[in-house]
Amino acid sequence: MPHSQEDVRAMLSSVGAASLDELFADVPEQVRLDRPLDLPAGLSEAELAAEMTSLAACNVPGSELVSFLGAGVYDHYVPAVIDALVSRSEFMTAYTPYQPERSQGVLQSIFEYQTAICELTGLDVSNASLYDGGTAVAESAFLASAKTRRTGIVVSTGVHPEYRQVLHTESYGCAPQGCGGNVIEVPCDGGLTSVDALRDAVDDQTAAVIVQTPSFFGGLEHMDQAAAVAHDAGALFVAVCDPLSLGVLQPPAAYGADVAVGDGQPLGQPMSFGGPHLGFMAVRGDLVRMMPGRLVGETVDAEGQCGYVLTFQTREQHIRREKATSNICSNQALNALAALVYLGWLGKQGLPDLALLCARKADYLRERLLALPGVEPYTVGAVFREFAIRLPLPAAEVVRALEPQGFLAGLDAGRFYEGLDDVLLIAVTERRTKAQMDAFVAALARHLDAGGGAA
Amino acid sequence: MSERQTIFDLSRPGRRASAAPACDVPARDIDDLIPSDRQRREPARLPEVAEIDLVRHYTHLSTLNYGVDTGPYPLGSCTMKYNPRINERACSLEGFRGLHPYQSEEHVQGALLLMKRLENWLAEIAGLRAATLQPAAGAHGELTGLLLMRAYHDAQGRSPGTVIIPDSAHGTNPASVVLAGYKVLAIQSDERGGVDIGALRAMVDDDIAGLMLTNPNTLGLFDPNIVEIARLVHEAGGLLYYDGANANAVLGRSRPGDMGFDIVHFNAHKTFSTPHGGGGPGAGPVAVRDILEPFLPIPVIVGEAGDAEAGLGDSGAVPADSGAGDPAEAGRLRFDWDRPQSIGRMRTFYGNFGVLVRAYAYIRGLGAEGLKRVSDMAVLNANYLLEGMREFFDVPYDRRCMHEFVVSGEPLREHGVKTLDVAKRLLDYGVHPPTIYFPLIVPEALMVEPTETESRESLDRIIEIMRTVVEEARTQPELLLEAPHSTPVRRLDEVRAVRKPVLRARVEPEGSG
Repeated sequence: MPHSQEDVRAMLSSVGAASLDELFADVPEQVRLDRPLDLPAGLSEAELAAEMTSLAACNVPGSELVSFLGAGVYDHYVPAVIDALVSRSEFMTAYTPYQPERSQGVLQSIFEYQTAICELTGLDVSNASLYDGGTAVAESAFLASAKTRRTGIVVSTGVHPEYRQVLHTESYGCAPQGCGGNVIEVPCDGGLTSVDALRDAVDDQTAAVIVQTPSFFGGLEHMDQAAAVAHDAGALFVAVCDPLSLGVLQPPAAYGADVAVGDGQPLGQPMSFGGPHLGFMAVRGDLVRMMPGRLVGETVDAEGQCGYVLTFQTREQHIRREKATSNICSNQALNALAALVYLGWLGKQGLPDLALLCARKADYLRERLLALPGVEPYTVGAVFREFAIRLPLPAAEVVRALEPQGFLAGLDAGRFYEGLDDVLLIAVTERRTKAQMDAFVAALARHLDAGGGAA
Repeated sequence: MSERQTIFDLSRPGRRASAAPACDVPARDIDDLIPSDRQRREPARLPEVAEIDLVRHYTHLSTLNYGVDTGPYPLGSCTMKYNPRINERACSLEGFRGLHPYQSEEHVQGALLLMKRLENWLAEIAGLRAATLQPAAGAHGELTGLLLMRAYHDAQGRSPGTVIIPDSAHGTNPASVVLAGYKVLAIQSDERGGVDIGALRAMVDDDIAGLMLTNPNTLGLFDPNIVEIARLVHEAGGLLYYDGANANAVLGRSRPGDMGFDIVHFNAHKTFSTPHGGGGPGAGPVAVRDILEPFLPIPVIVGEAGDAEAGLGDSGAVPADSGAGDPAEAGRLRFDWDRPQSIGRMRTFYGNFGVLVRAYAYIRGLGAEGLKRVSDMAVLNANYLLEGMREFFDVPYDRRCMHEFVVSGEPLREHGVKTLDVAKRLLDYGVHPPTIYFPLIVPEALMVEPTETESRESLDRIIEIMRTVVEEARTQPELLLEAPHSTPVRRLDEVRAVRKPVLRARVEPEGSG
């Protein structure tokens, strides 16, 4: 704070106040705090830096271990150019671009981000970002309910368990959209959703069918069949997808998705203990007026020059208040910029190259693991960069045993799924080398040989 | 006039910024890995550019933008304060940014300690019992708080249907109320800009779930009747929700919990200086009274060895001498998932953790005394600026203001100049305009929040610029009507953007290659 004592004195005098206390005269006596806040005393920057370093040192970053943890957050390499550009203070310290003439940087970058998401998904319109994959799924359900004027949501259990939890929680109060409490879950055994079960679950009140591919267990879903089930019932089909997988997997528009949502973490976002990342949403053109969140459009200025503005703002809370499509205001703009820079850094050829590399590495590790005695496949069929295996021991125990050896073995599926305590979910990014994978297989083999418990 | 180029316009076939790491496993063909019916046929038409193209393009775009680091940003209710760089360095430490959310609790003790302390600090600042860090932004905090309100009433076997909101409220308030399944009941402001107590008295009945209020409100005025407001709502069985968008006015001076509020959200990106990022990411942590604690989202961080051993002190706040956490010394912290009354989960994982690290560093650096000084200086700056601006504008609620104030550009209408024109002209002078046309109850409103960041000289400069612009409105109104003149683009046609929507860039333009 720049004020010297002399500044404060002079400024008080010019506003006609005898003291700083007098500025708070409107605060009734009985609600004034008559003691200092019970907080630690302040620190100099040097002391603060030391404390932050020491707190960080109490953590063991997964990025520095041989990590096979995925389940929605992946240990991909984050290129240096992202930090360099995203930390430009004109981007970082700006607010929402409500004054477009002096916010063309953020506006154009969002416009380009929207374009990149449309290209990835094959859909017509992308918004400027949502908070994360979970809230994007919930928003897609609200959008579908508003569009179809129906209340039911049918969701595969192959959708990330935390996304489904967010869907359940956020739809709890959702009376006007009417989907409160009306969420039906359909099983995803072996990592693939039963299309018959989907068909049994939908009815003439179903607003949306929501399926994730690759599923939480890594299975490549039959999205065209799921879409047909949704459309036959007059519901929207929502695809939850991993943007990096779209380097090799069919874009959602190709199998008939009306809405594509997901978490953009794999696109150049540090894992950062789960956030901030970004949620993305792309929709068919006719759904644009039901889209939540900000949209940037191209226009011209008074001299006919090209420029960008926030548009279709009549959907939004600051204009429509209680009639808005969503309450979202702040989004994840800087993360969207990072995702955009990442996609430009990879480029048209780089994205499929990287996706294929991940798929090859995952395939290699999966084959090696399945060759171990007692290890069985859980995920059925082909996968992208993540798959689940059945172990002869509880997965949690295996994870614990391998941790001191520097391996994050993966996610114990029993954490979210009843009866799957022996299922381990494993992700392989481009950062894992063959040598690391071989060492991991050997370590697991030793642990299984010893009958577990020995570590 | 040269066309603006997008990154897609810069694309040239075959160019790239990066190479994939070498494939050290068998290079199986894609057809052996991905079934052909699920393969992508055509690659996404992403830009094909070199790294220098990326760097120059986005560096250029950044120069078309304006941030707090560029100059004054007195945008009302947005608290555009300086973002200390040490906080950026802190959240970039690999021990924070390299953490996977599903690592074992043993690996993340530093993160849990940071979050637990931050929860306790926010509860102390709010004057309440407990906090959740999960909400990703202010509006998300509002929805969280309203769902907590709903869960509380449900648990009491009540189902009131309405939430009262003043007509001066932020647009997110009514939008969040509707998402939470409630009806909005608007209450008008009295002639002093506060909640009309008579109207409130007539309004409260057993259908009232609660009342949402910003205090100081969007006029920058502290509601002197807050205790009576709280009493009326509580007597009717309702809860009080505090929209913390304006909390920068009262840190260490007055606490929402002491005013009678039961639920408070803070905007980390306003009050606690985390960068706005051109629209996000933010964080909207929510603090609650003890009666609401059982309903907080899962997971909740708990100390196995008890809160005191976690370095949190008897009062629930961290003692002044607490250093950084050695987890062994601090007592092990863990996530508690077994909360049968919890509303569930508002987002994945544990919130915008990287933003929370910055907020922690901000509060830790300032301490109790520093936070109080933040509010004192923010309020002093706003009053000083109001004093300087009252000469040129109407002041509809002419009282001592808190951290922001609202003036009206109504007197300029006689020159054919609107508040929008004033805002656009300010851009020419290198000042970001205040929030305009809000709150809705003031015609031609300018809502001004200088924050504690601006020096006396900077405020004097803003006043001089305002004086010049108002003088121009009288003598050369066309200067304002056609403003801005010196920005990267002139006034933009927003109507055309809706009538002829172009929501994505052209890709692979003709002549590429």
